[in-house]
Amino acid sequence: MAAITLKSVKKNYGKTPVIHGVNVEIEAGEFIVILGPSGCGKSTLLRMIAGLEEVTAGEIHIGDRLVNQVEPRDRGCAMVFQNYALYPHMTVAQNIGYSLKVAGVPRAQRDERVRAVAKSVGLEDYLDRRPGQLSGGQRQRVAMARAMVREPKVFLFDEPFSNLDAKLRVAMRAEVRRLHRDLGVTSVFVTHDQTEAMTLADRLIIMNAGRVEQIGKPSEVYNRPASRFVADFIGSPAMNLIEGMFDEQGHFVYGRGGRLAAEPLNGQRRPGRKLVLGVRPEAVRRTNEQKPGAIPALVEYIEELGAARLIHADASGTRIVAVETENVDIPSGAPVHLEFNDDALHVFSAEDGRRIDAHA
Amino acid sequence: MERRAYYRNRLLPWLLIAPQLILIFVFFYWPASQALYWAFTLEQAWGGGNVWVGFDNFRQVFGDARYWNTVMRSGLYALAATGISMTLALVLALFVDRSLRGTKIFQDVYIWPYAIAAPAAGVAFRFIFSPEAGLVGTLNGMWPGIWNPATNGAHALLMVIVCHAWLGIGYNFIFFLAALQMIPRSMFEAGAMDGAGPARRMIDLQLPLIAPTTFFLLIMNIISSFTDSFGLIDVMTEGGPVGSTEVMVYKIYFDGFRGLDYSGAAAQSIVLMLLVMALTFVQFKWIERRIHYA
Repeated sequence: MAAITLKSVKKNYGKTPVIHGVNVEIEAGEFIVILGPSGCGKSTLLRMIAGLEEVTAGEIHIGDRLVNQVEPRDRGCAMVFQNYALYPHMTVAQNIGYSLKVAGVPRAQRDERVRAVAKSVGLEDYLDRRPGQLSGGQRQRVAMARAMVREPKVFLFDEPFSNLDAKLRVAMRAEVRRLHRDLGVTSVFVTHDQTEAMTLADRLIIMNAGRVEQIGKPSEVYNRPASRFVADFIGSPAMNLIEGMFDEQGHFVYGRGGRLAAEPLNGQRRPGRKLVLGVRPEAVRRTNEQKPGAIPALVEYIEELGAARLIHADASGTRIVAVETENVDIPSGAPVHLEFNDDALHVFSAEDGRRIDAHA
Repeated sequence: MERRAYYRNRLLPWLLIAPQLILIFVFFYWPASQALYWAFTLEQAWGGGNVWVGFDNFRQVFGDARYWNTVMRSGLYALAATGISMTLALVLALFVDRSLRGTKIFQDVYIWPYAIAAPAAGVAFRFIFSPEAGLVGTLNGMWPGIWNPATNGAHALLMVIVCHAWLGIGYNFIFFLAALQMIPRSMFEAGAMDGAGPARRMIDLQLPLIAPTTFFLLIMNIISSFTDSFGLIDVMTEGGPVGSTEVMVYKIYFDGFRGLDYSGAAAQSIVLMLLVMALTFVQFKWIERRIHYA
């Protein structure tokens, strides 16, 4: 178990920068998930921690040791790869035990540890099989067992479940969680799947285009997204984002002249100031009568989800999605009024996309 | 999935494969049938056609100690040429695969020798290995008489083997490189995470994973050393000095076209053909089953 510290870590491929100075402190025993769209540099960051990718600038510490120049094998990390990267010519037992064999662990001891680890992931009956004879889920378990057997200080997971079907993915998620609870090893898990990220993480690192957008607990990231990108990326259905600006009279004008008055906007009231308002579909309420603060919209279509339904509405040219829990039938084109709670409103700068806090 | 073209015209498909069929008939089946005919018959001493002699020709070939010497020499030649060629090609491919500086150039350059006809290479190597003037001849300048393939049989055999190995490196190199590049990078990285250094990864991961290719090349090289060695030996040593570079294929030529013992030579060529067929059979049967990983 070891803490990991990244200090202004940068990575260039040739002259192209892909990671622009990342600062992260990961506590010992923490389960960290790096989440971001593909190409945001999350795997590169993980591979730099593993030592598979050179660090262009900055420092990576594992425990209290600077590891920039340390070989992967001496960093005390174990990694689970996206495509498992099992050795096809070795049996399951040999795959799991390879690191011990390389380390010169005597055969009897090696067998014992391989057996114990295989048992803990439910592979004890498959030790003599080759990876080619296993199902996807079993291969995934071999990859995990191979990482566990070394008793590493850090687990690194590089989108390990992306090749599994949805059901297996949920099962493996629970298994990884249990593993982490039992072993307490510092874990860094890379994924682009937000559900996976939210359910696994002690803390999330949200990355975009080589930069860290936000670091925080899943609930923090969900409830107080630090930027427009995070607001848009986390949550399903995605957060409504309403772009607009203040006019001379101090009204917030969005879309084709829609107007909105909301308390969190008050501190920002400067003519010409552009803002982006965010409100989660769950926080949008439908009312039938005109109220102060409610905005008029026309229903475009309803998406039926079973337990609830999503109302897609057009408010002066801005698409707004609302979650409707009541079982109602609203025809397309019907006028509705939508209102938001002031404390459910997120305000972002239109220039840099950062969050603006109402009372700051 | 089966994909087939169907022709309404029954003649057209035959016309389409005719060029290849004619080539095979003229240059393989017809000579092979002639060899079979000669191998089991003997031309009468004073003319009058061939008489059937059964396995007499084979008995005579197998009873000849000189023939067995040739077989042993062919075996040595095959092992040495194959060993040298494949080892060097593998080393080069491993370096190129590790993308060292200049990889792109070497990737192309290493293939060139394969494009050179054996006799042409033989002439070049004769100069290189010439005791009077060649590169290796400078050794004679330092220690007179240390190198002379024209009189020393071992030198001559070594010279031919080195040349044969050199010619094969390009071919072997391409196959090895392709096989190495088929190995997913992440498997290597997994090896690195598991604590294996580059040498260890080569032995534990790369070599086992390219085993099917290695086996394929082994058979191809041995077959090539049995058959393609003719051009080289004819140009470089003509089997000499005193038969010390006479391998099976050269003895067939020598006995047949120089010694005019068509029947003996035909019997020998049948033996060689069976040997090559056996190797090919092993290649197909064994490789499919033994060294494949799903």
